[in-house]
Amino acid sequence: MKDTDIKRLLYAHLLCIFSIILSTLVPALFLENFSILETHLTWLCICSGCVTVVNLALYLVAKPNTPSKRSSLSHRVARFLKCCIYFLVSCFGYHVIFVLYGAPLIELVLETFLFAVILSTFTTVPCLCLLGPNIRAWLRVFSRNGVTSIWENSLQITTISSILGSWLGAFPIPLDWDRPWQVWPISCTLGATFGYVAGLAISPLWIYWNRKQLTYKNN
Amino acid sequence: MRLGSGTFAVCCVAIEVLGVAIFLRGFFPAPVRSASGTEPQAELPAPEPSAGSSSNWTKLPPPLFSKVVLVLIDALRDDFVFGSKGVKFMPYTTYLVEKGASHSFVAEAKPPTVTMPRIKALMTGSLPGFVDVIRNLNSPVLLEDNVIKQAKAAGKRMIFYGDETWVKLFPKHFVEYDGTTSFFVSDYTEVDNNVTRHLEKVLKREDWDVLVLHYLGLDHIGHLSGPNSPLIGHKLSEMDGVLMKIHMALLSKERAATLPTLLVLCGDHGMSETGSHGASSLEEVSTPLVLVSSAFVRKSGDIRRPRHVQQTDLAATLAIALGLPIPKNSVGRLLFPIVEGKPMREQLRFLHLNTVQLSKLLQENVPLYEKDPGFEQFKMSEKMHGNWVRLYLEENNSEVLLNLGTKVLRQYLDALQILSLSLSRQVAHYDIYSMAVLTLLLLSVPKALGPAAELDVPLSSPLFSLLFYLMLLVLSAVHVVVCTSAESSCYFCSVSWLVAGGAMLLISALLCAIMSALTKTGVSMKHAGKNLASSNSKWSELDLLILLGTAGHVLSLGASSFIEEEHQTWYFLVSTLCLALCQEVCRNHLLSSDGDPQCSLHVELGPKGDALVLQDKAEGCAMLEADRTHKTASAFRQLGSVERRMVLASPWAVLCCCRLLRSLNQTGVQGAHRPDLGHWLTSSDHQAALSILAALSLLTVFLLVQRRCSPMSKVALALGLLGVYCYRAAIGNLMSPWQRGNKDISKGIIEARFVYVFVLGILFTGTKDLLRAQVAAAGIRARTMGLWEIYSGLVLLAALLLRPHNLPVLVCSLLVQTLMAEFVWKPLSHDAAEVTVMHYWFGQAFFYFQGNSNNIATVDISAGFVGLEHYVEVPAVFLTAFSTYLGPVLWASHLVNYLSSEAGSPAALRHSCFCYALLCSLPVSAYIILVTSLRYHLFIWSVFSPKLLYEGMHLLITATICVFFTAMDQTRHMKS
Repeated sequence: MKDTDIKRLLYAHLLCIFSIILSTLVPALFLENFSILETHLTWLCICSGCVTVVNLALYLVAKPNTPSKRSSLSHRVARFLKCCIYFLVSCFGYHVIFVLYGAPLIELVLETFLFAVILSTFTTVPCLCLLGPNIRAWLRVFSRNGVTSIWENSLQITTISSILGSWLGAFPIPLDWDRPWQVWPISCTLGATFGYVAGLAISPLWIYWNRKQLTYKNN
Repeated sequence: MRLGSGTFAVCCVAIEVLGVAIFLRGFFPAPVRSASGTEPQAELPAPEPSAGSSSNWTKLPPPLFSKVVLVLIDALRDDFVFGSKGVKFMPYTTYLVEKGASHSFVAEAKPPTVTMPRIKALMTGSLPGFVDVIRNLNSPVLLEDNVIKQAKAAGKRMIFYGDETWVKLFPKHFVEYDGTTSFFVSDYTEVDNNVTRHLEKVLKREDWDVLVLHYLGLDHIGHLSGPNSPLIGHKLSEMDGVLMKIHMALLSKERAATLPTLLVLCGDHGMSETGSHGASSLEEVSTPLVLVSSAFVRKSGDIRRPRHVQQTDLAATLAIALGLPIPKNSVGRLLFPIVEGKPMREQLRFLHLNTVQLSKLLQENVPLYEKDPGFEQFKMSEKMHGNWVRLYLEENNSEVLLNLGTKVLRQYLDALQILSLSLSRQVAHYDIYSMAVLTLLLLSVPKALGPAAELDVPLSSPLFSLLFYLMLLVLSAVHVVVCTSAESSCYFCSVSWLVAGGAMLLISALLCAIMSALTKTGVSMKHAGKNLASSNSKWSELDLLILLGTAGHVLSLGASSFIEEEHQTWYFLVSTLCLALCQEVCRNHLLSSDGDPQCSLHVELGPKGDALVLQDKAEGCAMLEADRTHKTASAFRQLGSVERRMVLASPWAVLCCCRLLRSLNQTGVQGAHRPDLGHWLTSSDHQAALSILAALSLLTVFLLVQRRCSPMSKVALALGLLGVYCYRAAIGNLMSPWQRGNKDISKGIIEARFVYVFVLGILFTGTKDLLRAQVAAAGIRARTMGLWEIYSGLVLLAALLLRPHNLPVLVCSLLVQTLMAEFVWKPLSHDAAEVTVMHYWFGQAFFYFQGNSNNIATVDISAGFVGLEHYVEVPAVFLTAFSTYLGPVLWASHLVNYLSSEAGSPAALRHSCFCYALLCSLPVSAYIILVTSLRYHLFIWSVFSPKLLYEGMHLLITATICVFFTAMDQTRHMKS
């Protein structure tokens, strides 16, 4: 494991953070009365789109692991379609979990679903980019001692921190402060975003600090 | 002599219950009371003050009104009379308020806004303590000085119709009465017709002085369908008609009599937006107070917002109006507009009487009363009053007299206001010392529980005794110093020395036990080093969640909205728990389905460093952990494919159950008004659906419980559940399949008692089995069966007490218990502590699923009347407590069952008892410290105090459960 690897990881993560910041600032120039809280759904769509695009770009440019032996077009298309299906399934899965957690079943369906979409963007999309539609690899990464590279390690950290962020984001909902961001699901989406950003920021640093203790077999 | 950890936990919890009881006594302050007690002989009224020559007016002033009619409408909110509803539905009253000879006020009721404390406040003028809510269930005779008692002593003839509470409070005071019980909340016409039917006759008669009417219908409508239901309008119109009838009759009587009459319309408390009451929201505390009499000046029609006064002011006003002495404990002041039309001398006399009474109360309750600004003001105005009387008697210039009189009047009114205020504030004065002592005690309990997790606590050692005497000495020194130095009225000082000594003995013994336990751990740390390290490293995500969840819940108690919405905390924690279990189940499933090679690879590679291994992590831990995972996984592999699928599905099934229950009862403050399934089911249109649901639920309960019962109790259970349905059909909640049409609603006494017989029978069989298991060598089987029978007896009792729309809660609780025990805890082999925590969490969640909240108003009192002809205190309190804490109790008894049948190690039960005690006492202790530090918080009465009562009750229940645990443990010991 070299320092250059960590540097590359850091730049990639900075790019992701930058894209999130841009998604909050740039639309205000083009759209009338755009703000995160009032036109929350628009922001959700834009943010999710931005993060997906950046992740895909990073995947195409950096190609952290290139296992593709057979790279025929049809195989690629099938792979892409599989990825889309995985993404949709994760969106619906998240939606179901939110409803089980107490989100309203009938009202605010769109809001809940977009929250599921953005959480999928933060968690599933990087997984798909890095590991491909391969459940076994996912399970390996998320089981206790299954990480084989710093990329996977950072993936683990960002995914867990975004889920934790949205979990913590539910805390302020019962408080009686009457703030606009306490409404479902704004606090949770913001929590997820902050969690994702925090994960992006922390993981290179954490890996850097622990680089002596981290040993990967494959690198 | 040594104590086992289970017994030790029981002792600690018992001490804690005692501590909380004394804390509650210190926290809920003793109400302001006059020391002169309740002796019947009337004191002489204060004579009119006069400087120099003595006044000739020493007797009480004569009554102002010949007849007084008090119309009390339960849950009458101020906007029902003064707002748009009043204009629409109460035209006559609106006319009286706006144009008639009347005075109207908004009377503010103090929490708790429950009927009995409010009646007491209206009649005694004092502020009943918060503890009165608990005594609201049985209304004992009101011994305090009050208007009714004074009126009786003065020979007034009083008639009462309405809520039975009055008859209980004043059993021998009315010459004629007819009490209606508020037993059936669903009845809102009959209760009021029972009052109104007497009116015609009574109003024609002349042989009464005071008539009290208490209408309950409005309150019942509020409870049924809220303040915006169309029924409210009808009821208000009906009440308006009643008022008009009374007013007309009074006017016609006045022509013959010399003195005018007085009609008082008031409410005892308001109604919240959901239709309940008990807390202190603005809607609940604002009640209208309208006084109508021809003696008042007719208003010219200018509509002003009615002035805000206190509800307690009515007692003093009524006493003056009837020419009676003001009740001794009254903190209210005379509503001055009532006497405005009287001559100056009389006005001053009335005000003087009221001020003297208040200042006397102040003298008896405040040690430094002379420094009180109100008292100084009173002394000054009394002197001026004396001067005025002298001038008056000398018949001076009338204009000077009038000017001076107005000045004195203003002085008196100021004095009254300050006095009343400082007396009311006196109530919110806390007893710090006794709270401090008990907080110390409580603090020491979880500490004592903490280190002794697996230790036996030694009760005698040399160090122990020395330390013990030192502690005792120090504590008693502190006690003596505090109690002798300040002359403060501290409860802990006023208890007998024996009790105080006992408390100190306990505290020091406990502290010493902690000390010795700590030193012992310190010494044995080296020996136990290895074990401790291994126990630390065993923490999985689940353990982390359990720890964080418990800590987070304790922390959340600091915020008032988290207390109001505590159900959200528990739902959230339980959902997260289910997901964590799901993750664990999935991991195990994958590990086992990957087959041996993968798994062994895992175990092999673990310590080698293929994967991410932190260096500081001891290798042994990794080994151990891998070993544990391997063990679970291999246990998993032994399951059949169907079972495995069940294991995978059951956390999701539990999640779905929880989500369903969540939408059954909306509770808390923010969500209470939202539509929920419970309201949908209880509305009369959906009775058929409710009946089917209840029948299905009872059937499922039978199927789930009967598995492990003996044939005898199976039959008993079936008959009992049938009886439950009959009971609900008899009282009209459900449709009965056999008697259609005739809707005679009974109390269902026979049916309920029929069920009670079976409950007792099953419980008896269970106890018998337990005893047999202990005496004979019948073995574990009899014991498990006995425990299960006790459990099924409790389930049957729960089915009887729960309202029919809550029966799904019971079903889901049983279902979740079965699923978790069969498919999660057993295959995953969770240890006793984890299982205990999960049981506790689910118990708490089911407490809220049932519709409870941290608000007194949600306690379902009707459970206390099931099968009882009339109110009997002990069973009613027991039944209400059981039906409220049904979730925790059922889950705890399931815990005992599960542990004694499944868990292998004999220490499991002891360990789990200890964990349970710790889990429950941790929030209580933290909460008590929080409440003490937040005691001047704005919401202390409305949010924090009810929660404190709930926590105290919960602790009591826990203590009972722990005693049961230990008893089980002991029997097991004896046998082995």
